[in-house]
Amino acid sequence: MNSIWTIARKELSDSLRNRWLIAIALVFATLAVGIAWFGAAASGQVGYASTPATIASLASLGIFLIPLIALLLAYDAIVGEEEGGTLLLLMTYPLSRAQLLFGKFLGHGLTLALATLIGFGVAGVAIALLVEDVAVGALAVAMLRFIISTTLLGWSFIALAYVVSVRVGEKPVAAGLALAIWFFFVLIFDLLLLGTLVASQGEFNPDLLPWLLLLNPTDIYRLLNIVAFSDGAQLSGVLSLGADLPVGPAGLWLALVLWFVIPLTGAWALFRRRRI
Amino acid sequence: MSCFRLENVSYRYDKALVLNGIDLRLEPGEILGLFGHNGAGKTTSIKLILGLMAPSQGKVSVLDGEAGDPKISQCIGYLPENVMFYPQLTGREILAHFARLKGANLRQVPELLGQVGLDDAMDTRVKTYSKGMRQRLGLAQALLGKPRLLMLDEPTVGLDPVATADLYRLLRTLRDEGTGIVLCSHVLPGVEPYIDRAAILTDGNLKAVGDLTSLRRQANMPITLSLEPETSVAALEAVVNNAQASAGLMMRRDNGRLHVDVRSTEKMALVKTLMASGEVRDLSIYQPTLEDVYVHFIGSGGLAHRGGAQ
Repeated sequence: MNSIWTIARKELSDSLRNRWLIAIALVFATLAVGIAWFGAAASGQVGYASTPATIASLASLGIFLIPLIALLLAYDAIVGEEEGGTLLLLMTYPLSRAQLLFGKFLGHGLTLALATLIGFGVAGVAIALLVEDVAVGALAVAMLRFIISTTLLGWSFIALAYVVSVRVGEKPVAAGLALAIWFFFVLIFDLLLLGTLVASQGEFNPDLLPWLLLLNPTDIYRLLNIVAFSDGAQLSGVLSLGADLPVGPAGLWLALVLWFVIPLTGAWALFRRRRI
Repeated sequence: MSCFRLENVSYRYDKALVLNGIDLRLEPGEILGLFGHNGAGKTTSIKLILGLMAPSQGKVSVLDGEAGDPKISQCIGYLPENVMFYPQLTGREILAHFARLKGANLRQVPELLGQVGLDDAMDTRVKTYSKGMRQRLGLAQALLGKPRLLMLDEPTVGLDPVATADLYRLLRTLRDEGTGIVLCSHVLPGVEPYIDRAAILTDGNLKAVGDLTSLRRQANMPITLSLEPETSVAALEAVVNNAQASAGLMMRRDNGRLHVDVRSTEKMALVKTLMASGEVRDLSIYQPTLEDVYVHFIGSGGLAHRGGAQ
């Protein structure tokens, strides 16, 4: 446990030193405040629209941003150590591969969690203080749900980045594959799903289709933050499938947790087989 | 208790035999030089001892335990050949990080940095370090937690002559305190005075192992006498030719001196004859160096091997 914390602590202090943590938090806070303030711009006025609309807009942006940040943070976790010659050295220390990998995850995961908490937390407090007649209780619940799900989404992409990082031999390759992961889950997946839906002309088993949404952590994340307001009116595109999904919020949370547990376990299994 | 013991160890990688039936051991208080051309199996041997991989065949025991066991790893210091460390951290931060991982006392950090001569640079970032400074940081890292087995891969790369001498002095001190040390180097004349035993690897085979005297004996290489004549080289040649043991001796003239190659067993007899003749004004004896012995064991194919990939 001590070794895990030593590794995590180094990652955390690295992201403080190179100002990643503060930069991410600032981006989040700016986005959140900006969206809160200009959220109603589409309807011709400036000001706070509503908590569900704000969260929905934030989640839509988060889908693009969070995976990208997580992948950038973590893609060189193992391959970077190898290029610097420190992976070989670390493995001669009383430190197992599992401890190294989970220590890295703890460090990167904490970095992202802290940045999310600070960034969106500050924004949430600002909204609560500055916007008149906002229901603070509902806002707090929505913000908390948003922060936790954002963190979990980030963790799943950190774990996915590790799968790449333990497998490849060069940093640029890892960066390329990380971008491919982002591209696939954020842009391609929904298109594929829609395409399947249209091409099958309704012959595709309608009970199976909603489950496919669970194969993409970004869709789970969107469902969690948008469906939570339960009127369902804001669901569009593939997300409307989510309304048919027979799992409740608990199921969605579980799915999102599994989305970092499984890739992380996979990364560990691959790392164990890596030749050093 | 041996520092490590390799018993009939073989290692295969993708069917290629990287190590073939190696028997090698290191006792506490001993410096072993591990030599060989690139790709001879030095790094693989080191990785097996460090427990980074398991042998395909044979037995590796380290400090009376299993290679790679965390309790054993804690007692091993290792300096890899080319380590960049974390450029954005300072020397002190890096060493503290490794000390925590090794469970070493953090008070050792400034001490060791002082010992390797990085006092003034310990609070600057490693990206500004020269190659030699990084090497010294790597050395300090290897010494964390008072290791009982120390493995150094090309430790003198980038070090100036003074720092190199300091390093060897330090290694001697550690050896006298009972540390077993493995030294891999290509700078043979540099390490020759400091190693107790040498092991020479070629193509995954252990060609020879022993102290320099026994290696010379195994190689059966001639000793060269360089003679300055009292009167003339020709007169000296006559003396050598008349000596009993002279059959098949190599002689050559060089700058008014005579060089005679003699087998070590016959050296003293020839020297006595020469002394008795009164024809010798001055005499120097050249023993085969580690480098000569190395080249002998690597064989004529040695040059071709040197370009091999690691």
